[in-house]
Amino acid sequence: MSDIILETRGLSKRYGGVHALEDANFTLRAGEHVAVVGDNGAGKSTFVRQVTAVEQRSAGQVFFDGKEVNFTGPLEAREAGIETVFQTLALADDLDVPSNLFLGRELYKFRMGPFSILDRKAMRDRTLEALKTTAVKIPNVDNPIRNMSGGQRQCVSIARTAAFASKLVIMDEPTAALGVQETAQVENIIRGLKERGIPMILISHNLRQVFDLVDRIVVFRRGRIVASLNKHETDGNDIVSYITGVKGAETADA
Amino acid sequence: MATTTHGLGGLKYDPSRRARAPEWNVFFALVGIILIFELVGRVFMGDSFLFNTRANVDTLFNEQRLQIIILQVSITGIIALGVTQVIISGGIDLSSGSIVGATAMVAMSFAQVAMVNGNPNPKAIFAAQGWMDLPVIVPVLVGLACGAAAGMINGALVAYTRIPPFIATLGMMVTARGIAKWWSKGNPISFPTDAYAAIGKGMMPVIIFVSLAVLFHLILTYTRYGKHCYGIGSNEQAMRMSGINVEKMKVLIYVIAGLLSALAAIVLSSKNLTAQAGMGVMYELDAIAMAVIGGVSLQGGRGSIIGTVLGALIFGVIISGFTFLKLDAYYQEMVKGVIIVAAVVLDQWRQKGRARG
Repeated sequence: MSDIILETRGLSKRYGGVHALEDANFTLRAGEHVAVVGDNGAGKSTFVRQVTAVEQRSAGQVFFDGKEVNFTGPLEAREAGIETVFQTLALADDLDVPSNLFLGRELYKFRMGPFSILDRKAMRDRTLEALKTTAVKIPNVDNPIRNMSGGQRQCVSIARTAAFASKLVIMDEPTAALGVQETAQVENIIRGLKERGIPMILISHNLRQVFDLVDRIVVFRRGRIVASLNKHETDGNDIVSYITGVKGAETADA
Repeated sequence: MATTTHGLGGLKYDPSRRARAPEWNVFFALVGIILIFELVGRVFMGDSFLFNTRANVDTLFNEQRLQIIILQVSITGIIALGVTQVIISGGIDLSSGSIVGATAMVAMSFAQVAMVNGNPNPKAIFAAQGWMDLPVIVPVLVGLACGAAAGMINGALVAYTRIPPFIATLGMMVTARGIAKWWSKGNPISFPTDAYAAIGKGMMPVIIFVSLAVLFHLILTYTRYGKHCYGIGSNEQAMRMSGINVEKMKVLIYVIAGLLSALAAIVLSSKNLTAQAGMGVMYELDAIAMAVIGGVSLQGGRGSIIGTVLGALIFGVIISGFTFLKLDAYYQEMVKGVIIVAAVVLDQWRQKGRARG
């Protein structure tokens, strides 16, 4: 089954006595875009944090790219090819756009351990290129991002993900804080990923967006996966009834 | 650590409202303070602060005064270079002054001559071991090792026990001062070799301070170390998520600060030809003040070596200016205090203004 990119079996996470995520069986195929929806506290972000190893799972297995993986931290997940846009953006406000884009994977002119000399021109050029392909408009990339709007900062974070995307992209509510125009830009970036054949997990509250962008919709409720629906076989009302618990009392496999 | 806030989007960024580099504000403040002294001097003292007024000397500026301005802040300036990096990365270092004391004692005891005017050195620490008249590299390396060790303990405490830097370095401040007193049972250590005495002679402290300032300016601007200093002070969590070993970086930053304190101790003890347990008392606060006046934000993430050097110069100008106006040293300290607070208040206002813009 080489076309399965990500698979989780019995993935669970408990915080003390709270079962934030229970027995999640999830699969993602090559090139597939899947949305994860659910109410607040349904376990969506918890699920992402286990897959990207920001937190360590309590139980279950994760298979990525054909192998069982036990990432010890988000860096290992990233090195394996999982790029993530976190809700908190993970940007350093006092650094400029190129520095943020290349945070932790800087380009060097000359290597000397921690005192390696940065290749600032190359990073700047590649930043402009990356921003061009994502159609994100930032007037001056040399300014610290502290001075930029929420939308622009979000776009920097997403451009970083899109630029380095290789095997899997995860976006945790990428448009929650954005205006109409900026949301459209982000959606275009996501369509670009689809064209490039890069699989994605999109967490979103916006059902219009979900139906526009993805192939399959997975519904979380109270820490469990309650439905996995092909977008052509469902509609908004159907999804909402799963989210609210009118339908799907049983755990489903996704 | 900075929190991440989301705007509502749709805000437009106007490049014309881009703030000028904050170092310029510090520079203008420096020029303003010099002008005030020049003006007050001309009006009340009938003398110039900046320009040469002696008939027998043929220079435009009062070069003696200019030299003293920078010489008297060079040693605390060297410490401030390290403190700047610590504060930019979101920490604080209260131990630098005590590290100066301890390092000066230890280094000096390896730099002593065997014979003073034909008699055995009365202050010799290692007479029994015969560790005297050692090549200058020995006390320098021993001193730097002391600073590095103190910095490593600071860094490890901050990075791995997660106690606040204020507490970790406060502990080191008290401990290192204890070591300084214990080392020779409170006695001063004197009579260094000529080679050791040469390190801090004349304008050497200035040369060392300026070279180190240039070096660390380049390091902070052009290397990964510099970028990550700012990054950690800006958003530690983001750095961690980006796979940066924040703990290792913090240890390195405190080690560099410790090394710079040790270097200041070597220069200071060499310049004074003696080491005393009370050396460097309050230096940590002067160093922090220089950085803060120079625009280094105590919240981390912002500031520069250029700013700190300008901050140090403001310090030097004020001390010299008060001497020039023949005002008591008491006033110096009062005004220094006011300037430190004013610098932080101005920084806060600037931040607020920018957030609105």
